[in-house]
Amino acid sequence: MEMTSRPDRPFVIGGRTFTSRLIVGTGKYRTNREMVAAIRASGAEMVTVAVRRVDLDRSVEEGILHHLDPAEFFLLPNTAGCYTAADALRYARLGRAAGLNDWVKLEVIGDERTLLPDTAATLEAAVELVAEGFKVMAYTNDDLITALRLEDAGCVAVMPLASPIGSGLGVVNPYYIREIKRRLSVPIIVDAGVGTASDACVTMEQGVDGVLMNTAIAAAEDPVGMARAMKLAVLAGRDAFLAGRMEAREIAVPSSPRGGMLE
Amino acid sequence: MTASKGDGMPPANVSIVLNGERRRVAAGLTVAGLLRSLELEPGMVVVERNREILARDAVGATAVEDGDRIELVHFVGGG
Repeated sequence: MEMTSRPDRPFVIGGRTFTSRLIVGTGKYRTNREMVAAIRASGAEMVTVAVRRVDLDRSVEEGILHHLDPAEFFLLPNTAGCYTAADALRYARLGRAAGLNDWVKLEVIGDERTLLPDTAATLEAAVELVAEGFKVMAYTNDDLITALRLEDAGCVAVMPLASPIGSGLGVVNPYYIREIKRRLSVPIIVDAGVGTASDACVTMEQGVDGVLMNTAIAAAEDPVGMARAMKLAVLAGRDAFLAGRMEAREIAVPSSPRGGMLE
Repeated sequence: MTASKGDGMPPANVSIVLNGERRRVAAGLTVAGLLRSLELEPGMVVVERNREILARDAVGATAVEDGDRIELVHFVGGG
């Protein structure tokens, strides 16, 4: 009989099964054409979008729904740019009123320089949004206690950062990410900080359920190429996690037999 | 803006704040009419009027009133 690897569990968030563990953003692309091509190359099904004023002078291009078909991608409205729970609620409600779904990527920023989350405001907004029937995926710090509270609040996914948004520093605290994954039952999606494919792979090797990224793909010289690399890196990291890595040692162990050598 | 019918009076205007900018629009205009005048598809934007979200099916019956603060938002690229 042929040996096969152990099958993965389906990737389910809030009762919905997703085909890809990679979630991508739609910001900062040079053109809409490039954005759509990169997202297709990434294999992502869930795609984040932001809520902003319509430019009445049309000096900026039209809305993203002219380029992304909600039948092809699951669009996740975010509350990016919000610094208070009240603002995040306002943006979440506007996003839901667009009529696509009742999901939201909740993000409440606490500091302009680091874009680190205001975890108290995030929790406050999460409680209210869950009460209003939203499926909340909460961006947060790599802090176990906040992650536990967000789960208790009813979030469908908790999304700790790997490192600051747009920094490309990779996972700065794998121990905290692993501990969050060990202690929570809801899906853990690492959101923000991935810079290149190896970062995505290392992130998935921590055992988390998925990874969300934007800048790493959009700001690459060739976003379509990087999107493909990220797709493969996420698959590789997940497979490596499931396969169970060997123990690391600080001394060499030969791969070939010590015995059977010639006199 | 269309002229008012019949009496030869100039069309009355109302003053609103639209996406943060003060504008004058014809009195009696509905929100749907406002969107039309801006060449916006109602299905592509969400309307917030005086801090309250306006349901899609209410834009045709809702009049733009003097002093209204109206926000028109849509989805753009973001992470």
